[in-house]
Amino acid sequence: MSSMDLRLDTSGDYYARKFQPTKREDTLILNMGPQHPSTHGVLRILLEIEGEYILRADPVLGYVHRMHEKMGEVMSYPQYYPNPPRTDYLHALAWNWAHVAAVERLMGIEVPERAEYIRVITCELNRITSHLLWWGAYLLDLGAFTPIMYSFDDRERIQDILQRITGSRLTYCYYRFGGVSDDIDDRFVEDTRRHCAVMKERFKMFKSLVTDNFILRKRVEEIGEIPLETCRKYGATGPVLRGSGKAYDVRRAEPYSVYDRFDFNIPAYDTCDAMGRYLVRMDEMQESIKIIEQALDTLPEGDYIHPKAPKRPKPPVGDIYFALEGARGKIGIHLVSDGGKSPYRIKLRAPGYSNLSLFSEVAQGTLISDAVSILGSLDLVIPEIDR
Amino acid sequence: MIKTLRETIGGLWSLLVGMKITAINFKSPEITVHYPRQVVPDLEGFRGHIELVPKEDDPFKSKCTACSNCVRICPTSCISMKAAKPKKKEAPAAEAEGSQEPAAKKPKAKPEPVLFELNFNYCSLCGLCVQSCPTNALRFSDDVYLAGFTRQEFVFDLLARLQNQAQKKEQ
Repeated sequence: MSSMDLRLDTSGDYYARKFQPTKREDTLILNMGPQHPSTHGVLRILLEIEGEYILRADPVLGYVHRMHEKMGEVMSYPQYYPNPPRTDYLHALAWNWAHVAAVERLMGIEVPERAEYIRVITCELNRITSHLLWWGAYLLDLGAFTPIMYSFDDRERIQDILQRITGSRLTYCYYRFGGVSDDIDDRFVEDTRRHCAVMKERFKMFKSLVTDNFILRKRVEEIGEIPLETCRKYGATGPVLRGSGKAYDVRRAEPYSVYDRFDFNIPAYDTCDAMGRYLVRMDEMQESIKIIEQALDTLPEGDYIHPKAPKRPKPPVGDIYFALEGARGKIGIHLVSDGGKSPYRIKLRAPGYSNLSLFSEVAQGTLISDAVSILGSLDLVIPEIDR
Repeated sequence: MIKTLRETIGGLWSLLVGMKITAINFKSPEITVHYPRQVVPDLEGFRGHIELVPKEDDPFKSKCTACSNCVRICPTSCISMKAAKPKKKEAPAAEAEGSQEPAAKKPKAKPEPVLFELNFNYCSLCGLCVQSCPTNALRFSDDVYLAGFTRQEFVFDLLARLQNQAQKKEQ
């Protein structure tokens, strides 16, 4: 009657058993997630804790794996348009751009100058919305409720602007091979200009309300120190790398599109802590506004899509790697074509995956509450990591 | 001792700054929309599910020529269409035969859709079907408050929808 054994099964699943072996008996193995409010999605972290201190941490992934790479292999090139934006729904246009630009480079499709400017403007607007959401959600993790209300106010207004042009508010599908799907009009330019002016004032308010706040500084300063060496080891990019003192930005390091024409700074802080990463993102929003204003000033006339852009592209045999700077770091697309109407293989490099990998090293020896702060400062988007 | 005092004062100052910002925002006008009682006025650019565009001269017929570009381009295959050539001698068959024959022969029988169904459950609103249509026979609807209880409610017969819209317009 072995089936009548009613003792509780405490061995856990595969990951828990793999994580289990430990010599100590006074520690506790704990699952943080997959349904934990501070993990922003379905990230599960296995923790071995002693009291409030974390001895080991191990992220477990795969809860929102949606086979985006495999879908790329069975769909034709235009049919794959809606997929990349849905991996990272917060900075959707950057992924849209990465996919479109990879195919353009492989086929040698020319993009009209006006389309490049429209792409820069909309992509930077989207970057601001992404950082605004991170800002609100991060502070929500740290226990401050009000800021997310202010950040959503601004975010919704930018989404209103983008909705008129792109037709969506979150998962944009706006760029096309050889341009963009719709032209921008005077009202878009006007709205964007007005909102940029408003945002500049709002940043001052954000700074005095949150950045200078005593409690926030206690929660983020000297917490989650990631040395530059660790960033290098795990391939961390974006604000995580820049918060560790290295001013590396793909927009400056390997200029794509028309980014080399604009004057903007790459903010970097060498404090290496969560505050450094926080400040990088706050500064980046202001730099994005600088780029948008310059682009609007010099917006050229012309086509918004190349008149001879192929509707059903068939790139020549070969492969291409294209990388660009998303809100979370370096987004890369490796595309291999066998000359058919769908790619032979499409590999998506998600920056969040590398940024998350260093968590288990950084979290060792920290308090659980600090681990929440570190996780938030990495700005993880789980669907992007799982793809 | 001095450090503790400084921290206390710093904390109190942060509190005051926060209270000031809250007070300013408390006085500023309301930005939220209380949905069932109020609605957002300007939703330009909103994409609802697709619908057929009627012909200018006949609101009961769609511009669709049944080329099935949209069916082929759709990433999730949510459009299903059946095309057929229209039957000759339809309504005006009762008229005099002598004058009818040459008039019926003149326009070639163009195929038109007899079934145009959209499974909105799988649609990702990418707009590829609308953009790939050579005759601009598709457009996005603008019903923001579309909701339903079952999956079946989101399988739309777009030809029937066109008829309904035309009938409503006539009334």
